[in-house]
Amino acid sequence: MRNWFQSQTWHKLKWPLAALALVLAYNFFFTPGFFQIEIKNGRLYGSLVDILNRAAPMMLVTLGMTLVIATGGVDLSVGALMAISGAVAALLLTQTALAVPAVMAIALGAATVAGLLNGALIGFLQVPPIVATLVLMVSGRGVAQLITDGQIITFSNPAFEFIGRGAVLGMPFPVVLVVLGCVALVLFTRKTAAGLFIECTGDNEKSSRYSGVNTRLVKMLVYGICALLAGLAGLIYVTNIKAADSNNAGMWMELDAILATVIGGTALTGGRFYLLASLAGAALIQALTTTILTRGVPVEWTLVVKALVITGVCLLQSEPFRRSVQSLWRKSPA
Amino acid sequence: MISTPQDSPDESALLQLRGISKGFPGVRALDGVDFTVRSGEVHALMGENGAGKSTLIKVLTGVYRRDAGEITFKNRSINPASPKQAQDIGISTVYQEVNLIPHLSIAENICLGRQPERFGCIRWKFIRHRAEQALARLGVSVDVTETVANCSIAIQQLAAIARALDISARVLILDEPTSSLDEKEVATLFGVLRRLKAEGLGIVFVTHFLDQVYEISDRITVLRNGKLVGEYAAASLPRIELISKMMGREFSEAELHRGETAVASRSDAKPVVELKELGRKRVLNPLSFHILPGEILGLSGLLGSGRTETARLMFGIDRPDCGQLLLDGQPVALRSPRSALNHKLGFCPEDRKTEAIVPNLSVRENIILALQASRGWLRYLPQAKQIELADRFIQALNIKTPNREQAVRLLSGGNQQKVILARWLASHPRLLILDEPTRGIDVGAKLEIEKLMAGLAGDGMAILFISSDLEEMTRNSHRIVVLRDRKKVCELRGADISENAIMHAIAGTHENKEASA
Repeated sequence: MRNWFQSQTWHKLKWPLAALALVLAYNFFFTPGFFQIEIKNGRLYGSLVDILNRAAPMMLVTLGMTLVIATGGVDLSVGALMAISGAVAALLLTQTALAVPAVMAIALGAATVAGLLNGALIGFLQVPPIVATLVLMVSGRGVAQLITDGQIITFSNPAFEFIGRGAVLGMPFPVVLVVLGCVALVLFTRKTAAGLFIECTGDNEKSSRYSGVNTRLVKMLVYGICALLAGLAGLIYVTNIKAADSNNAGMWMELDAILATVIGGTALTGGRFYLLASLAGAALIQALTTTILTRGVPVEWTLVVKALVITGVCLLQSEPFRRSVQSLWRKSPA
Repeated sequence: MISTPQDSPDESALLQLRGISKGFPGVRALDGVDFTVRSGEVHALMGENGAGKSTLIKVLTGVYRRDAGEITFKNRSINPASPKQAQDIGISTVYQEVNLIPHLSIAENICLGRQPERFGCIRWKFIRHRAEQALARLGVSVDVTETVANCSIAIQQLAAIARALDISARVLILDEPTSSLDEKEVATLFGVLRRLKAEGLGIVFVTHFLDQVYEISDRITVLRNGKLVGEYAAASLPRIELISKMMGREFSEAELHRGETAVASRSDAKPVVELKELGRKRVLNPLSFHILPGEILGLSGLLGSGRTETARLMFGIDRPDCGQLLLDGQPVALRSPRSALNHKLGFCPEDRKTEAIVPNLSVRENIILALQASRGWLRYLPQAKQIELADRFIQALNIKTPNREQAVRLLSGGNQQKVILARWLASHPRLLILDEPTRGIDVGAKLEIEKLMAGLAGDGMAILFISSDLEEMTRNSHRIVVLRDRKKVCELRGADISENAIMHAIAGTHENKEASA
C-alpha cells in the first residue's frame, strides 16, 4: 500500500481528490442535509448519490476520452454520438417490436461504427483528429435529427428505462455502469498490452511504429471505444428524460470530458493516461455544478465559478506554479 | 600567464565555472566541477557517456539550475535561468540533437525569437536576407525558404549553428556539432570556427571524434562520472592518454585498432537476406547484395548516398517499387515495420530522438516494446517476465540507469542507444539493421556496442551496419558495400577492406586504382 502512495496513479489522483474534498467540505458546513442519504423503495437517495448519478454519462465519456487523448488525439464528436445512439434507440422502440437488448445493441453499434470510421480517418488516412471529429460533431447531430425526423421522440418502455432509472443494490444503474466500464477498461489496458501500445503511440508515434506497434489500429480502436462509451452515455440520457432530443443530448459533453481528463493529469499531447484520476476529475466537475445549483447561485454565475475552481486545480497541478508559491511562502514569514 | 579570477583581463578568462554540482534523483551528475573558457580558444569538453558533459552545458545555459557552485562571465557573477537569458548574456548553444522547428523554413528558424519587426509587422524580406547572411558566413548557400523538415540533417545542423551565430555571441557552445556532417562540411565548419576564434570568441566543443578534437582544439577538459579529471593543453596530451583519462583505466593502442576481423562467411552458407535489384523511384536505384548468417555487412557512403534509404526499404518503412527482397531464399513483401518484425528483422534508426526512443516511457517498457508488438495485444508479457528481461539487458549491456522504471528521456545518449539495442535483441531478430548506432556516443560505449555486434554475429545473426565513420566501418565489417548517389559502386571484402579503398570508391576513383598503382 505504501508503494501505491508513491505511484503515479496516486500522484495524479490526489489533486482532483483534494479539490473534490474541498467542495464537499464546503457543503458540509454550508449546505444543510447535503450528506444525508436515505433509502426509499430499496434505492439510495441524497445529494451525494445524485452527484454520482448525474455525473455518470460524463464519466463514461471521460473514460473513452482519456484513451483518445492518451494517443495524442481528441474526440469532439462524443456529444453528437450520444445524440445518434439515443435517436436510434428511440426510433427502434417506437417504430419496431425489437427486444430491448437488440435495440441497445443496434444503438451502441451505430455509435461504435461511426467512431471506428472516425478512427480509420485519423489512423489510416492521417486526417488530424480535431478535423475528423469536428466533422462528425457537426454532421452527427444532423444525422440524429434526420433519424428522428426533427421531432423529439417520446417513448415508454420500463425495461429499457432501467438503463437510466434502475438501481442495483440501491445504487443507481448508471453509476453501476460507470464502475463496470471503468473496471473493464482498467483490465483491458493494464492486463493486456493495450495500455502500453496506447501510451507509446501517444508518446512517440514514429518510434512505436518502427518498433512494430500497429499505431493505426491503436488509434482506430480508441476512437471506437470512446464512441461505444458515448453511445452508452446517450442511452442513459434518453432514458432519463424518456425522450430522444437530438438538439440537446450530450450538448458540450466533449468539453466537460476533455476538462475532466486534463484535471486527471493526462497530458493533451498524449502519453501516460490515468483513468481513475479522470473519473475523479469528472466527479469534481459534477460536484461543483450540483453545489452551485443547490446553493441557489444565479445560473449565470455557474460557468464562471466552475471555471475559477477548475483553473485552480490546473494551477495546483502545474509544477512551476507550485514552486513559485513555495518560494513565496518561504520568503513571506521572514 | 598565471592569473587569478579577480584581476584576469577579459581576453583570458571569459567564462569561469567553479565547483559546479548538480544532482538528479538517484544520480549525482556533476560534483564540484571547474571549467574555464578563455577568449580566442577552442576548448574541447571530453568524457564518456554520463560523464556530465551535457549536464554541465545545460547548467551553463540555464536549462538546469545548479545545486552549488559559481559561474562568472567577464568577471561578473551570472545566474542564467533560461537559455534565452544565457543567450542575452552572450552564451549561445547548439545542442547535440538538432533543435529546429521542422515545419518552419530555414530563415524562420534562424531568426525565430528575434524577428525584425516594423510597426508590429514581421519584415519577411529582412528575415530572409539575415538568414542568407548567417549561412553565408558558414560558406553554405541553400534556399532559406525551404522547410527544415525537407532538408538533410547536415543542412539542419548547419542552420542550427547559423542560428546560434546569428547574434553577437561571446561564447559559443557546440554539443556534438559534427556527428551528422560529412568531411567537407566538417572542414567548412572548422574554417568558420577558426575565424570566430580569431574574432575573440570562446568556443566550447563537445565531440566524440578524436581526430577532430586534435585538429581544432587548443585545450581539453576531461570529465569522468560527474567529476573533473583535469584541464590540459591539447598539444601536450597524447591521444592514448586522453582516452585513458576518459575511461579511467589504462588502454592500449591495440585495443582501439583491433586486427583484421576473421571472415565468418562461408561460401556454402545460405544468405539470410538478399536484395535483388530492390529500388524505389527517386529514392534508391535498383540495388543488389546479400548478407550471410554471422556476417556483418557494412554499408558505406556519404550522407544522402542511399544508406538510410536502403535500410528503410528493407524494414518495410518505405515500399520498394521494383526488385525483390528474399529472406532465407523466400521472396517477401514487407508492407510495414510490423510485418518486418514478424519476419524477424530488427532496425535501430539513425535519429534516436524522433524515431527510436519513446521518451516518457520507462526503460523496461522501451525494452519490451518490440517483443510485445510481435506477441500482439492479448499475449501481454507478465510483469515478472518484463522485469526479468529489463534487468537482464540493463546488466548485459551495462545500461546506466538508477532503475528500470526511469523514463528513457532522462538517460544519456549512449545509454538510450543501448536501450534501443536491447529492444531489438529481446525480439531475437535474424537480421539486425544498425543505422549509425554509435552516432553521438563516446568511445567507451562505442567499443561496447562494437563488441556486442561482433558477439551477435558470432552467434549467427546477420547484421547490416551503417556508419559514416570509416575507421569503425573497416574495423567491424566482414564485407562492405559502397554507395554513391543512390547506386552501389563497389563491394569490398577481406584484404581489400581499407579506409583508402572506401574513399576511392566514394570519390569515384576506384576503377583507376590499378592503373595508377
